Amino acid sequence: MSVMLGRDAGAGVPWVVIDPTSSRPLVEVRELWHYRDLLYFLTWRDISVRYKQTVLGFLWAILQPFLTMVVFAIFLGRLAGMPSDGVPYPVFSYLGLLPWTYFSGAVTRAGTSVVGNAHLLTRVYFPRVLVPLSATLSALVDFAIASLVLGGLMAWYGIVPARTAVLLLPLAALTALAATGIGMWLAALNVRYRDVQYAIPFLMQLWMFATPVVYPTSLVPAGWQPLFALNPMTGIIDAYRAAVLGTALDWPSLGISALSAAVLAALGAWQFHRMEQSFADQV
Amino acid sequence: MSALAIRVQGLSKRYRIGGAAPGPGHLREALMDILAAPFRRFGRPRAAADDFWALRDVSFDVQRGEVLGIIGRNGAGKSTALKIMSRITPPTAGRVELYGRIGSLLEVGTGFHGDLTGRENIYLNGTILGMRKWEIDRKFDEIVAFAGVEAFIDTPVKRYSSGMYMRLAFAVAAHLDTEILLVDEVLAVGDLEFQRKCLGKMDEVARTGRTVLFVSHNMAVMRRLCGRGILLDRGRVIANGTMDTVADLYVRPDPAGEAGARFDPRDRHGVGWAQVTDARIVDDQGGPAKGIPCDADLLIELSIEVTDGMPAGTSLRGLVVELIVCSDDGQPLLSLMNVDDTGVALPDARSCRVLVRLPGPTFVPGRYRINTFVGVPFLQHVDEISGALTFEVGPPAAPWRPYELYTGRGLFCRKAEWSCLQPAAAALRWDATGA
Repeated sequence: MSVMLGRDAGAGVPWVVIDPTSSRPLVEVRELWHYRDLLYFLTWRDISVRYKQTVLGFLWAILQPFLTMVVFAIFLGRLAGMPSDGVPYPVFSYLGLLPWTYFSGAVTRAGTSVVGNAHLLTRVYFPRVLVPLSATLSALVDFAIASLVLGGLMAWYGIVPARTAVLLLPLAALTALAATGIGMWLAALNVRYRDVQYAIPFLMQLWMFATPVVYPTSLVPAGWQPLFALNPMTGIIDAYRAAVLGTALDWPSLGISALSAAVLAALGAWQFHRMEQSFADQV
Repeated sequence: MSALAIRVQGLSKRYRIGGAAPGPGHLREALMDILAAPFRRFGRPRAAADDFWALRDVSFDVQRGEVLGIIGRNGAGKSTALKIMSRITPPTAGRVELYGRIGSLLEVGTGFHGDLTGRENIYLNGTILGMRKWEIDRKFDEIVAFAGVEAFIDTPVKRYSSGMYMRLAFAVAAHLDTEILLVDEVLAVGDLEFQRKCLGKMDEVARTGRTVLFVSHNMAVMRRLCGRGILLDRGRVIANGTMDTVADLYVRPDPAGEAGARFDPRDRHGVGWAQVTDARIVDDQGGPAKGIPCDADLLIELSIEVTDGMPAGTSLRGLVVELIVCSDDGQPLLSLMNVDDTGVALPDARSCRVLVRLPGPTFVPGRYRINTFVGVPFLQHVDEISGALTFEVGPPAAPWRPYELYTGRGLFCRKAEWSCLQPAAAALRWDATGA
């Protein structure tokens, strides 16, 4: 459906034209801008509804990465003696689990968001992209809360964050970009093939082991590392660690990962855009 | 000084029967499709008969400030038209031009979340409908007052009574301030008092010079609100004119059919060892009725048969047959059973025809449906057809009321005897002077 927004109403030019062709631009800035309040309220709904009627509430956002860290610290750090680049293993693994938990949570929520909001899509028009976008944005709150624990953990081990820790903000944005792109792709596919929602948890599990979350990149043979960095989360997680601990950033690897995140985001957005018109008929 | 608000040109929408998805719904089927592709050369090509046109070449214009009603039977394409105009679903062909911001109310309370408070839901629902936050800020008090939920505005809406919930939902929708408004059947909610309030609000909206498109089954409401009407039938526009003339056309019996009566067994359920194979409205001679005046007896003839292939000795004996007469929008009005005192037991045979006579006057002129049900009492659901027979009741052969009978004032057509008890003498005197 091509929808063209006229510059102004009443000048004999239609405000909106609806026809079956697919000449609609990929991103409609003006329309998105009009609907920015909706993005805010959708995100805010997801946040405020998430932990309603739970006893622990937002503690869940902390417990998940924290307990996973404890388990990995015991089994991999203590028992298996996994190397951790000279950092206490709990800090090392939490620094990986923090962005990873955000990434996998955001992809999962965004991937199921369109089907989960089917009742909205079949009743009212608004830019469909707001649905997966609000899902990845709402997951940021959990990420911020879980970051507080990182501070506590580092204080416990007497590690002072490096000045480069301010890089966490652009890195978080990059993570959100990658998660949104992949999430949109999966969300669009899930409308057509509900198999996707069952595949996502499994995919995320496999993906985690393909990412240096609980092991250092230094374990990977040097010749394979550029290929390894094609996984956007590889460069991002390494950069998280380097930024917080003040070690040298592996710029080429981060560059490859950032580029790969951007390509995935563009592909995801394009796939979503291609399929979004038929969401209401198929969902 | 009329200006165009909406222009619809050649609008068509095709759906595939057996699921809206044009293609496989599961990854496995998609893979199988790919694997099977090289071997499918001799297969049957996808038949055009699998297509269903919900809208076919629909064109109309709406002027600014006009209030247009779209009417038609279930499945005529009304909701599809609204969905395309509100940009929820794309058309297959054709074009819609909208001159102005559009707001659509296909449902009230879209996006309401039970765990959120009334206040939070007003903002969420409002922005979903396309309002900006500042617009909602400005109208907030008005919305709350209209809904009458001031005391509960910070209570989660899941604790609201259903009446409060609907009032709040409608209140938000009613304050949507776009130049063009599309409204689908939202008036059919809430208690009578609230419906009246909604209608009042809609009247107000219609009079403020905004362009409004209504879709409803309720002819009384449509006649009251809309100046112009469009009648859709099987996806096509068959009438376009003043609401009164179009509504008259809609409730008038179909001259082509036998009083518009049609047997339609598509929506059939049950184990099916016996089935209703035909249902007709007949006249006193047993032929198809030419018309059904509302003051005449309604004669329904049913054919019931044991399905072919059932073992010999299977018979209809002991089956219960029920007819449920419903209004056009599906509301059950009357149940008739063969086990009623005035009924008849089915014979020990494999097929039979049953005649049911409902003494007139019966129903107010309009369209009605009959659902049929055949079962073994307390044991088995043998055959059930929703909408087995649709028929039109016409005006009375011998009118007994000086006004027109119409469905907005009740569906049953009865003659009551009136008498004055107190003071009897005054009534007589009035009678005397009147005579």
